[in-house]
Amino acid sequence: MPVKVRIPTPLMKLTANQSEVTAEGNTISEILNNLDNQFSGIKERICEENGSPRRFINIYLNEEDIRFLDAEKTQVKDGDEISIIPAIAGGH
Amino acid sequence: MDFTDEQIERYSRHIILPEVGGVGQKKMLDARVLLIGAGGLGSPAALYLAAAGIGHLGIVDFDVVDLSNLQRQIIHNTERIGTLKTESAKQTILALNPDVEVTLFNERLTSQNIMRIFEGFDYVVDGTDNFATRYLINDACVMAGKTNIHGSIFRFEGQVTVFKPKEGPCYRCLYPEPPPPGLVPNCQEGGVLGVLAGVIGNLQVVETLKLVLGKGKPLIGTLLIYDALATEFRRLKLKRDVNCPVCGESPKITELIDYEEFCGVSR
Repeated sequence: MPVKVRIPTPLMKLTANQSEVTAEGNTISEILNNLDNQFSGIKERICEENGSPRRFINIYLNEEDIRFLDAEKTQVKDGDEISIIPAIAGGH
Repeated sequence: MDFTDEQIERYSRHIILPEVGGVGQKKMLDARVLLIGAGGLGSPAALYLAAAGIGHLGIVDFDVVDLSNLQRQIIHNTERIGTLKTESAKQTILALNPDVEVTLFNERLTSQNIMRIFEGFDYVVDGTDNFATRYLINDACVMAGKTNIHGSIFRFEGQVTVFKPKEGPCYRCLYPEPPPPGLVPNCQEGGVLGVLAGVIGNLQVVETLKLVLGKGKPLIGTLLIYDALATEFRRLKLKRDVNCPVCGESPKITELIDYEEFCGVSR
């Protein structure tokens, strides 16, 4: 099922500068694999080798952090919005 | 309430607000806010905190004003290139509002000096530019019970939140460890729309003033994301992590850590 995925600025190089893309899947994990099929290499930037998100990147299903839901197994449904939010440090 | 006639006039637009009033203005004049970094975020933050009549401002920075700073660091100016940012900031603040007492810390924050610098301040506005300092500030705020008003910017995107110990999550609840160098973009290389620093720095001020006044709903447990290109604000929920290494139930980090300073190298 298609969902909207918000791509953070640091990863937009991989999505041809699109800040919003569409991906298919029933779980976060399937969505991430589908994203990687469309934009090769993006999953490796988001996830560790075991498939869980890197510790400086959080994934949100709508407003909720998936770590407090079912992590990568979290179910998604039509119309959901997924946000990938990395830590950013800039301020100077 | 002991305002001078000049203060009543200076703060009149605050005092007539029911949410502020004389009582709120007094709270602001009594407040002690520490700004870490007199740069992109720190410049607008210092200006508006001073204009609002925050009575005591501390400023930590070890850098000097550079021409390339002036695209966004509006507390400095062309004549001050080469001078210490702390001194330059103090000059601008006192010219704007002589009510403000300014304390300068011309030093790089480390695990050795941070607790001494934090002493006497109630609120910490994080306007630094690197992960090492952000984690140090977070851990020290948790340990010392200080509220951390966090802002960060990258290109056209900014993040703002408030980390209030015990009441909400801390930075490590979100991101337990700093990213390794090489996996995050470099700030200089990334560039930033100058005014984005103004938007995010000023949102940090709004949150600080709300906390000082005890009014409204501060961004505790909420991450506000601003996308300047899309003209969009998004709110995401942040939760306390019971396994957080610093503010969780059995913290593993009980001493301050000096990470190697980096703001990231692009791949």
